[in-house]
Amino acid sequence: MKKFNKVIGAAVAAAMVASAVAVPAAAEEGTFKIGGIGPVTGAAAAYGSAVMNGAQIAVDEINEAGGVNGAQLEFNPQDDEHDAEKSVNAYNTLKDWGMQMLLGSVTSAPCIAVEAEAVNDNMFLLTPSGTAVECISGDNAFRVCFSDPAQGTESAKFIGENGLATKVAVIYDSSDVYSSGIYDAFQTEAANQPFEIVASESFTADSKTDFSVQLQKAKDSGAELVYLPFYYNEASLVFQQAAGMDFAPLWFGVDGMDGILSVEGFDTSLAEGVMLLTPFSASAEDEKTQSFVTKYQDLYGEVPNQFAADAYDGIYILKAALEQAGATADMDASAICDALKAAMQEITYDGITGTQITWGADGEPIKAPIAVKIVNGAYEFM
Amino acid sequence: MITYAIVIAAFVIMQILRGTGHISSLFEGLLVPICVYVILAVSLNLVVGISGELSLGHAGFMCVGAFASAFFTKCAQNAIPVSGVRFALAILIGAVVAAVLGVLIGIPVLRLKGDYLAIVTLAFGEIIKNVINVFYIGRDVNGIHISMKDKFSLGMEADGEMLLNGPQGITGIPKDSSFVVGFILILITLFIALNLINSRDGRAIKAIRDNRIAASSIGINITKYKLMAFTISSALAGMAGALYSHNLATLQASKFNFNTSILVLVFVVLGGIGNIRGSVIAAVVLTALPELLRGLADYRMLIYAIVLIVMMLFNWAPKALEWRERYLGRFFKKSAKEGE
Repeated sequence: MKKFNKVIGAAVAAAMVASAVAVPAAAEEGTFKIGGIGPVTGAAAAYGSAVMNGAQIAVDEINEAGGVNGAQLEFNPQDDEHDAEKSVNAYNTLKDWGMQMLLGSVTSAPCIAVEAEAVNDNMFLLTPSGTAVECISGDNAFRVCFSDPAQGTESAKFIGENGLATKVAVIYDSSDVYSSGIYDAFQTEAANQPFEIVASESFTADSKTDFSVQLQKAKDSGAELVYLPFYYNEASLVFQQAAGMDFAPLWFGVDGMDGILSVEGFDTSLAEGVMLLTPFSASAEDEKTQSFVTKYQDLYGEVPNQFAADAYDGIYILKAALEQAGATADMDASAICDALKAAMQEITYDGITGTQITWGADGEPIKAPIAVKIVNGAYEFM
Repeated sequence: MITYAIVIAAFVIMQILRGTGHISSLFEGLLVPICVYVILAVSLNLVVGISGELSLGHAGFMCVGAFASAFFTKCAQNAIPVSGVRFALAILIGAVVAAVLGVLIGIPVLRLKGDYLAIVTLAFGEIIKNVINVFYIGRDVNGIHISMKDKFSLGMEADGEMLLNGPQGITGIPKDSSFVVGFILILITLFIALNLINSRDGRAIKAIRDNRIAASSIGINITKYKLMAFTISSALAGMAGALYSHNLATLQASKFNFNTSILVLVFVVLGGIGNIRGSVIAAVVLTALPELLRGLADYRMLIYAIVLIVMMLFNWAPKALEWRERYLGRFFKKSAKEGE
């Protein structure tokens, strides 16, 4: 028995050493290798899958149209299960594959961990949807979406400038980086705006099915508008429970609210009149959005959300930057990173998540927020 | 001795491979997490295998160690610029804080037995996680501010820096962990664990495991010895937590949930309860396996689960044992004789 275990142990050890030995990645002629990291399994899988699908559509389109600077694109999505440790593993896997630039990570905390690695390697990182400020702390990192503080600040400004309400209640998820990050900025900006926060109630990931306490407090405080900086799944429950207690304030959401109309079993009439800031609306009339939405529906059978749109734009932004920099596929990751860092600040990009987007040296996108209102079960621009 | 030899041999092989550049970045990145899980598995084996108590809250102690050490590093980053000294202190602090908590939790909890103990340790693991989630700690020119509500109740100056931001945890931890440090910590862990097991105290602990009444009838202080095993185990877990937190730039309490505790328990059970060497090997294999299976894309978690089941059956099922005796036994006996 003991002997057997030892032999098995030795055999396994040998196998692991063998697998650990690096196989030098064969540099293929004429392909840009783009890595993607995001949660394809686990609790956040919906976001990661959307990003990977959106990015793949963009890559296929670009390749059909002849690629970038004469080179084809290759996209390799890796799963990180929304875990910082796994995300770094995925990053290392992609490095072994020969990645030249990275689209990811999708979620904030893993993105922070990956960025710490990427900045050491001088690997170009463009996160489609990592919203925490620290996600792009290095000069090698840029982002497609708004950061958490930017969204909170823009929301507060929008409510204040349009005089939507004077008494505002906030319900947020204190266990979520995204939600509490937005709330922090919202509260800071609210001090400069002509409205007052009369209640701020939090919930955590462990208690996100019953909102009756928070809603009751918001109702008792006399709030005219309730700000909901979190994702659509929880929001759908909030709307249902608020309807059950005859509480009908104005609702204001953020980009995570996008997707509320496609929640299964949700009575979309409850979401009538909900306002949200979102970079992307699947019902927008412009040609680019329509073609993307149609393709996405054909391939994956659902309406794309903002994650898919951010990723789709992300790939096109990489394309624009690569063309601006005149990068070629035989450059190594570090050289491409240096070229792209400069190019990102020179390009102006028009996509489906915003027009006339530019980037500063800090990596934040500069674009106008879009506010929409749900009318008759569809988005209407405000 | 063989255990030490295996670890040292693995370390030497890895160092040679790294030195000559023959190692993939994936595996290089996995080295520190492997060290972390090896330490965790060995430390949990002290409680589950040697002391015979089923603990489901091991991730909680890791969590405490991780946060205590990362918090210290953030505070002392300017005061102690030498990363080696700072990291050594951080590890020590992680271990000590986890040990103190181990004593505090151990005193009430170890009076329970069996299923009750499992449930209570599980609850404590979750409590630790949730307690850390409500703390907001910041630092500015006036000193350190602590709040349990939100960031704004700290009332910090504009240049204040958040050290611990509630559920968002700690970010910007310098990467001090390395394979060498991990290797040294594994050796320390093995040294402590193996010496404890073979010592007089270790025999007392095992006696309690095997027959509590008989042990107490010959005058063994049950609470003392159980508490000893539990505390040493949590100190080692705290050490592993320190290694873990200094490997990634970000640290969140949500990572240290029930699943992480179970994961470590799986290492222990698969490696063989009470078998330290088995824990080491199981931790290495099962940490690396899901990453090495990445090539299978969506199927990898399915395959991982199947491998777990197959390994478990192969190790423990009576029929499998019989089969192994019959077909493999001869071969190994022969080779063993030749070896002698």
